[in-house]
Amino acid sequence: MARAPLLQVEDLKLSYRTERGILHAVDGVDLTLNRGEALVLLGESGCGKSSLAKALLRLLPRNVDTFSGRVAFDGTDTMTYSEERFRREVRWVRVSMVMQAAMNALNPVVKVGEQVAEPLRVHQGWSSERAFARAEEVFGRVGIAGDFLRRYPFELSGGMRQRAVLAMALVTEPDLVILDEPTSALDVLTQASIMNVLKRIKQEHGTSFILITHDVGTSSEIADRVALMYAGQIVEQSDAGSFFGDPAHPYAKLLMSSVPRLHQREKPIHIGGEPPSMFEPPSGCRFADRCPSRFARCDEMPPPLELPGDRRVRCWLFEGGRR
Amino acid sequence: MSESAFRPASAGTSGPLLSVRDLHTWFELRQWGFLRLGHVRAVDGVTFDLKRGESVAFVGESGCGKSSLARTLLGLHRPTSGEVVSEGRSLGTLSGSELKAYRAGVGYVQQDPYGALPPFMNVRRILAEPMIVHGIRSREEREARARQVLEEVRLSPADEILPKFPHMLSGGQQQRVVIARALLLEPSLLIADEPVSMLDASVRVEILNLLHSIQAKRNLTLAFITHDLSTVRHYANRIFVMYAGRIIEQAEVNDLLEHPQHPYTQALLAAIADPDADNAKHQRDVPAGEPPSLLNPPPACRFHPRCPHFMAGLCDEEDPPDFEPRRRHWSACWLHR
Repeated sequence: MARAPLLQVEDLKLSYRTERGILHAVDGVDLTLNRGEALVLLGESGCGKSSLAKALLRLLPRNVDTFSGRVAFDGTDTMTYSEERFRREVRWVRVSMVMQAAMNALNPVVKVGEQVAEPLRVHQGWSSERAFARAEEVFGRVGIAGDFLRRYPFELSGGMRQRAVLAMALVTEPDLVILDEPTSALDVLTQASIMNVLKRIKQEHGTSFILITHDVGTSSEIADRVALMYAGQIVEQSDAGSFFGDPAHPYAKLLMSSVPRLHQREKPIHIGGEPPSMFEPPSGCRFADRCPSRFARCDEMPPPLELPGDRRVRCWLFEGGRR
Repeated sequence: MSESAFRPASAGTSGPLLSVRDLHTWFELRQWGFLRLGHVRAVDGVTFDLKRGESVAFVGESGCGKSSLARTLLGLHRPTSGEVVSEGRSLGTLSGSELKAYRAGVGYVQQDPYGALPPFMNVRRILAEPMIVHGIRSREEREARARQVLEEVRLSPADEILPKFPHMLSGGQQQRVVIARALLLEPSLLIADEPVSMLDASVRVEILNLLHSIQAKRNLTLAFITHDLSTVRHYANRIFVMYAGRIIEQAEVNDLLEHPQHPYTQALLAAIADPDADNAKHQRDVPAGEPPSLLNPPPACRFHPRCPHFMAGLCDEEDPPDFEPRRRHWSACWLHR
């Protein structure tokens, strides 16, 4: 029997009330994530990718205007759960998250090991000793020596602290870990070794990942599939091979050619223009203003179109599955 | 103005724009204001020349001393020893007003544009500030210069930009204002410290192209500091690779990227992921450990504790000199002996 996917998101919408009006951060997102898979959520700043991640964990600010759609884990919609039930059954139990710049948000006066063990005590009611022992085990998994548990955050380097917050996300053995820009503040070598850790955990423990990043190169280090976000919507969802080798959406194509590559003699190009306002997003295709292939129909909303090989592209160019 | 006398370059003079000789910039570390704990050796024996009109990149990880080097070149830190020579005079010997004149000739583009622009000043005021400090009294001239540099960084129309405050501009626009400000006093050297690391991918290329075209048009010397080797190919002629306060490899850009000689440079290049789905299938080779503390760096070759080619009794005992394993390509590693 085919199991329901680990995570299924349908028509997710999230908007905020602000002084300047309603800000539509996430505007009708569909996503599917299978068990053991790594999905990369790629997009530039302000495209709504962090809002989407926080919406999945229901970590919402107070000024939320609309929060609607379906977020199902293993086929069970959690949108109807009360906050108490969501906290008890989902957040940090089945899904955990490494927030952006989390490594700088560790409590400076509490030993690292106690902070890493905290989710077990809070969410699962473990005793301190038992939680601490588990934290030690998870430290090994992310490549930190056990004696670092008894140190304070300032005694750890940036790479070590990033591993520690990763350990904090893994300590409850969740099915899914959401990582928001986990390596963007780190050096190249540290980045590469953190990505190595993620690859190993994915392989050995079958943990699923959603990696949120604007860095195309790093994203290819772990991606099974890529969802490219633009102005609150997902404009392309493809397997990693197709996305990095043969991007379909005009924005994806431009983005890929704007990436400087080490072994490429051609100069990278840049995408002119700026993303549209999220207060009053255009009614048609949101990329139309910057798109080299724009035509009359683009001013209607383009639907997500299915392409062969389970790809979805939000662009009229692909109507009827043609290229 | 008497200022021009000590500018890093008056056009037409021959010789390097800037000569750096065995430069050390150390910071004393104290506890409670009097206990001396030692020195942070941020820049520890660096020698190079910057030619007029060339573009060089200093590449290294955080804490390798590249920003301290930049700030020393800017005249913001006094060298502990060694010298930075401009127009035949060492920065250490300049008087306060001479140093101020020198600084007018060096433009500085900071890493974080938002942090570099005072939030309570509009663009007009931000651009006026350095001109006021450096004695351009006429309001008309200041306005004219401000408009001219805004045009040069392609921020137009100037009438719309000038009254805006930094938070009303996008990240890319903010960085253009920072670049415009750096150009106001017509520098001959532009130092850009990670000019694009805080920006989005699509904006990065735009800003790098802009810096490149300004450099070519004004025949500036551009020194840019970065941790990202994948962007340097198109924007620099020469690369200096820094590790723990020292330059460990230097070469022309293509030669360095195609034939890296120092094990550290090789590791850096191997860690960079060009987008490719196959990256996810294997683990990357990363040297163990982390860059050393600059308070107490390892003896001799500073990379030896992490180096895959470590030779006991040599690498940990004697400083490697700059070998020249390829023509005009230097690498400080005993492997080339």
